[in-house]
Amino acid sequence: MTQDQWTTVADVASAVCLLGGAFLAFAAGVGVLRFPDLLARMHAGTKPQVLGLALVLIGLALRLRSGGAVWALVLVAVFQMLTAPVAAHMVGRAGYRTGKVRSDLLVVDELTNDQELAQVRDQGRPDDDDPRD
Amino acid sequence: MTAVIWVCGILITVGAVLAVIRAEKGPSMLDRTVALDIVVTAMIVAVALYGAVERRTDVVPVLVVLSLVGFVGSVTIARFASVEPEGEGRVRTREEIAAQEAERMDAEDEAEGTRRTDRREGFDEHHGGGAEGEVRG
Repeated sequence: MTQDQWTTVADVASAVCLLGGAFLAFAAGVGVLRFPDLLARMHAGTKPQVLGLALVLIGLALRLRSGGAVWALVLVAVFQMLTAPVAAHMVGRAGYRTGKVRSDLLVVDELTNDQELAQVRDQGRPDDDDPRD
Repeated sequence: MTAVIWVCGILITVGAVLAVIRAEKGPSMLDRTVALDIVVTAMIVAVALYGAVERRTDVVPVLVVLSLVGFVGSVTIARFASVEPEGEGRVRTREEIAAQEAERMDAEDEAEGTRRTDRREGFDEHHGGGAEGEVRG
C-alpha cells in the first residue's frame, strides 16, 4: 500500500477509537446518574477511566504519529492505570465504613462476614482497639 | 472525520452533564467525588479529542496534569470522608442557619462567662510550673 492509504487507515482506526472512548464517557455519565448506590456508581465511573482513556489515547496517537508525543501518551495511560485502583480502593473503603454501601444489593459481602467473625473471636479479650481498623 | 468529531463531542458533553447532575443530587460526599472524577475523565477525553482533531502535540502535557489532579482530588476527599448526620447533604434554609448561629453564640457567651467567674473566684490557672523532677530543698 502507498503512504496515502496507510494514512487513511490510521485516520479511520483513530476515529473508531475516539468514538469508542467518547461512548464510554457517555455511558459513565448515564451509569453514575441512574445506578442506585455508591459501588454501582463507581463501577460505571471506572469504564472511561481505564478502557475509555486507553482508547482515546490510542486514537490520539494514531492521529499525531510522532514519537515523543506518543511516549507521553503511554505515560498518561500507565499513570492512570496505577492511580485509578488506588483512588477506587480509597473511595470504596470510605464508603463501606461510613455506611454508604447498600448491603441488600450485594451478591457477596465477604468483608461484613469477616468482621463479624473477628468480633466473635475477639470476645473475651479486652476491647483495646476498633475492630474495623 | 467532521461527523465523527461532532458525535464524539456530543457524547462527551452529555456524559459530563449527566455526571454533574449526579454531583448535584449525590446523597453523599463520595457520590459527588465519583461524579466529579467522571467529569475530569470527560475533560481528558475532550482535550485528547481536540488534540486529535487539530493534530496538536502540545496538548499532551495537559493530559498528564489532568490525570494527576483527578487522582489527588478523589483520594483526598475519600481520606476525610466521615459518617454524615441525617440531613447533612441537604442545603439548609436561611432560618435554620440563623437558629444554629444564635445557638452557637449563646454557647460561646456562656463559656466566656464561666471563665470570667472562675478567674474572679481565684481559681488558680497553671501556666507552666516547676521543672519536671525538680529537687526542692
